[in-house]
Amino acid sequence: MSDTILNVSDLHASYGPLSVLRGLNFEVNEGQVVVILGANGAGKTTTLRSICQMCDTEGSITLRGTDISSKGTADIIRLGVGHVPQGRGTFAELSVIDNLLIGSYTRSDDGVQADIDRWFEMFPILAERRDQLAGSLSGGEQQMLAVARALMSRPELLLLDEPSLGLAPIIVEQLFETLQRLNKEDGLTMLLVEQNANLALSMADHGYVIESGLIALEGSAQALMTDPAVQAAYLGA
Amino acid sequence: MTFSTFLTFVFAGLQDGAIYATVAIALVLIFKATTLINFAQGELAMLGAFFVYILSVEQGWPVWPAIFAAMLLSAGLGAAVERTLVRPFDPTDHLPVVLITLGLFLFVNALAGDIWNYQLRPFPVIFDRFPDWMPGIGGDRFIEIGGARLFYDTIGVWFTLGCMLLFLNVLLTRTQVGLAFRAVSSNVESARLAGVNTGRTLGFGWALAAAFGALGATLVAPSLGGIQPNLMVAILIYALAGAALGGLDSLGGAVMGGLIVGLIQSVVVSWFFVTVLEQRWMSVLQLGFAFAVILGVLVFRPSGLFGTRIIERV
Ligand SMILES: Nc1ncnc2c1ncn2[C@@H]1O[C@H](COP(=O)(O)OP(=O)(O)OP(=O)(O)O)[C@@H](O)[C@H]1O
Ligand SMILES: [Mg+2]
Repeated sequence: MSDTILNVSDLHASYGPLSVLRGLNFEVNEGQVVVILGANGAGKTTTLRSICQMCDTEGSITLRGTDISSKGTADIIRLGVGHVPQGRGTFAELSVIDNLLIGSYTRSDDGVQADIDRWFEMFPILAERRDQLAGSLSGGEQQMLAVARALMSRPELLLLDEPSLGLAPIIVEQLFETLQRLNKEDGLTMLLVEQNANLALSMADHGYVIESGLIALEGSAQALMTDPAVQAAYLGA
Repeated sequence: MTFSTFLTFVFAGLQDGAIYATVAIALVLIFKATTLINFAQGELAMLGAFFVYILSVEQGWPVWPAIFAAMLLSAGLGAAVERTLVRPFDPTDHLPVVLITLGLFLFVNALAGDIWNYQLRPFPVIFDRFPDWMPGIGGDRFIEIGGARLFYDTIGVWFTLGCMLLFLNVLLTRTQVGLAFRAVSSNVESARLAGVNTGRTLGFGWALAAAFGALGATLVAPSLGGIQPNLMVAILIYALAGAALGGLDSLGGAVMGGLIVGLIQSVVVSWFFVTVLEQRWMSVLQLGFAFAVILGVLVFRPSGLFGTRIIERV
């Protein structure tokens, strides 16, 4: 058994009067890639936002045993969570390099430049666009920037909300290769929300399917891939 | 109108404009971060100038230390206002905060009126004569250019604006807190996801704006011959016109907008109406002109001359 990084139990979340999550239970273990599948509006984004306390939540969320459900977003990031929000969330009016620097905002070590060099090497296009405003990048470039920015804080747990959204298939493939390398080589733990279930399950260890605010199904990635219900709903088989 | 008269109006206009620009920058700093207009900005600035008055006139401090101390005090006051009156409210709902800043405007003005009443009090002259080390002009009040007098006072105001812009540029582009402030201005939620404490960063923005506002008011007082609680009421409108002209979300735009409003006020309004109408109509016409600029920008070009975003909910 590996260590549990994230444990979520009986999570309820709401936007004002609208209740979206109705008692979610799941966990993410050290070094794993865990994928969350679900239809549009099922509550996947809300689940990731709940972990970072960006909506009203009830229930327990622990990060390495520490309860984070009453902490502020910035504090949770400081505890080692990285979050690539749906729709990228880059800083359009800031240059590429400033986007990366703000990603390292929580750090005080002197390895920031080395990390910038590393992500520039991994995403060479970002190095070329170094001083360009993020808002003027293409969708794919912005997605890479969003991932690189989240990695700049050296997270232990990376939350990714549909990183493939709007990207060309070849770019998606590259991005997932990169993510897989980060997982294998750096041991980075990931919680991944993805519409591209095939791709996501192929790199994941474990998966959950959310339906209208509840976990409808869970299992190893292998098991989910061969599950007839998952195949019918998410794998287009 | 002779060329030298014209030039005199240009100099005077650009001096007023530089002061409007200083206050406009304070407004834009807060607008960029929160899409809110702080209507109390002028009154906080007036308080800042009164701090200078207390320290230099009543306590006998030299003028620049008094100004720096007043800017620091104002910064603290700005941060305190943000912390106690702004932060508790939902940032996406603008109406309560706008009402609060309007209320603060009235409250501070009335309070100052109660403490210092509305008669003009002496204020130190900041830029009196060219310093002695300047060859040829040391000790003079002005130099002559094209037959017009360019006062040391005017140059001093420009120089102050220049220093302020340089300082602001370094602060926003080269420091961690400046980077955080730009990030919060650009995308609050993503800033939070980068670990930025957005509340504290906005407090920093309010502090910065209040300090610059205080500096602006300190430059206004000598040109009006003294200080009284209504010092900044009209200036706020002119600065707002400048900020709107500049697009409300652009610091460079605020500077250009402030200068343009000052220049047009001086050259067009002063010259044309002084020759046709009586002096006492001046301030009415200047205010009317400023309102016309604000209205014109909002109706015809909501993003101003230099802005990027469309202005909503001012
Ligand atoms: N800010 C919000 N305010 C109110 N309701 C919201 C908000 N965000 C999401 N919702 C609602 O919550 C429900 C779940 O949304 P969520 O974004 O979590 O879905 P999702 O599974 O991520 O969907 P998608 O695949 O389309 O991204 C939806 O019904 C949505 O309308
Ligand atoms: Mg979503």
